[in-house]
Amino acid sequence: MENKHIKTLNQANLKQSAVKGGCGECQASCQSACKTSCTVANQKCEKKQ
Amino acid sequence: MIHKYRLNGYNICLDVHSGAVHILDDTAYDILDYCSENMGKDVPEKVYEELGGKYEKKEIEETYAALYELFENGQLFSPDDYEQFADMMTRAPVKSMCINISHDCNLRCEYCFAAKGDFGQGRCLMPLETAKKAIDFIIANSGTRKNLEVDFFGGEPLMNFDVVKKTVEYARGLEDKYNKKFRFTITTNGILLDDDKMEFINREMNNVVLSLDGRKEVNDRLRVTPNGKGSYDAIVPAYQKLVSQRTDKDYYIRGTFTKYNLDFTNDVLHMHSLGFDQLSIEPVVSDPKLDYSIKYEDLPVVFEEYEKLAKTIIDSRKKGDYYNFFHFMIDLDQGPCAIKRLRGCGCGNEYVAVTPQGDIYPCHQFVGNEDYKMGNLNDGTFNTDMKNMFAMSTVYTKENCRDCWAKFYCSGGCNANNFQYEGDIRKSHKTSCELEKKRLECAIMIKAALAESGDETDCDGEDCICSCL
Ligand code: SF4
Ligand code: SF4
Repeated sequence: MENKHIKTLNQANLKQSAVKGGCGECQASCQSACKTSCTVANQKCEKKQ
Repeated sequence: MIHKYRLNGYNICLDVHSGAVHILDDTAYDILDYCSENMGKDVPEKVYEELGGKYEKKEIEETYAALYELFENGQLFSPDDYEQFADMMTRAPVKSMCINISHDCNLRCEYCFAAKGDFGQGRCLMPLETAKKAIDFIIANSGTRKNLEVDFFGGEPLMNFDVVKKTVEYARGLEDKYNKKFRFTITTNGILLDDDKMEFINREMNNVVLSLDGRKEVNDRLRVTPNGKGSYDAIVPAYQKLVSQRTDKDYYIRGTFTKYNLDFTNDVLHMHSLGFDQLSIEPVVSDPKLDYSIKYEDLPVVFEEYEKLAKTIIDSRKKGDYYNFFHFMIDLDQGPCAIKRLRGCGCGNEYVAVTPQGDIYPCHQFVGNEDYKMGNLNDGTFNTDMKNMFAMSTVYTKENCRDCWAKFYCSGGCNANNFQYEGDIRKSHKTSCELEKKRLECAIMIKAALAESGDETDCDGEDCICSCL
């Protein structure tokens, strides 16, 4: 969505992902400093769309 | 819940429970203060009273209507209805494992969390028999999960490379029989890399993590040999060779920044200048009493540096120079599902670590902590009560996380750090939280900046920013 005052960057599908998700095939994601990983946000979903 | 902030000239609003990210003009940014979970169709009187002097009535009406439309569409102040999913993974199989193949190391990095390699348990290498049992364990405990991850860690894994090779061979030999696919990772300090090891790593390891702290003087101050010599000159040429032969598999050059290099943007740029483009530098987490520790009062300086790095990355991308800083990677559209985001690392539940003695711990950072020993590969024990306790630990059971705007990106932080520094896996480690939130703010701002410039020159397929527009 875009208008003069607000531009939305993404489709915001987090809710949908909760319903479809939880298959657990995705990579583990340690967020500590000793392993490179950080936020889970950068992990890929393994489920075929 | 929303989180609004200004950074680098952008007014940004994250709607926490839908994941929507909005870039606002000043009018919308100001009016947002008058909106809430209970917002109605009509502009609240207070807006006219307090903002009437600043903005035209018509502009206020128009902007409020746009905000209300987002609210109606579930993209602003969307409700929190995730708690129902929080116990979905109590019976999750184990699918990732950290194999501490070597509790010995040929460097003595000052800040090593593993007590300079041996986890305080004496220097030793994992026998092949134990490593095979680890592979059997993950196959037996992974249920129907196909993708299994095994990370060779230490200590320094290359000190026991023969066992690494034979373990990979053993696991590959079982893949078809059990319908599994192993993804191997290895983390190394580079000292023992030679052509033979590089060839094997590039063939078998989906990811390789190469430790380097950045500039020579920075690296050599803390990453030293047992007799105090710096490691930079020995490892950099080896990393360059390995990466040049790596083809399309992942790698990361990863470093740690400490109080001694709070200007770590220079270390990121230095790594890039060596020819690397997958970069990661993370803050040391250590006892605040230590000299090199990053303390709570250092945070403003670190925040400023993260902003500087974010701006540097934006400028580079606009010029077509692509490098990836791990901590700013964020996928606003196709990231992991909300279920995964509730508990992040999965330590002690989907993920465990094993030691040369065959002991099983929730993760590599719990190794050596007797209270958290989950079992042993040799006697077949595995504490499922402890596994369930970790499974139940989510952003909804951690009191600070539940109402934290970063919860779906941070997933509740690091249980091990929480335990070590706050005494409880459910109590978030404040310094880490602040750092995490700052990185997220920067990561989202980078998306905003690149979206605005319509800049697609950073397209490398996978992280293409154009895919999220
Ligand atoms: S508890 Fe911390 S160190 Fe252990 S896997 Fe999770 S994020 Fe990583
Ligand atoms: S660990 Fe800290 S930053 Fe992460 S979700 Fe919890 S409170 Fe937020």
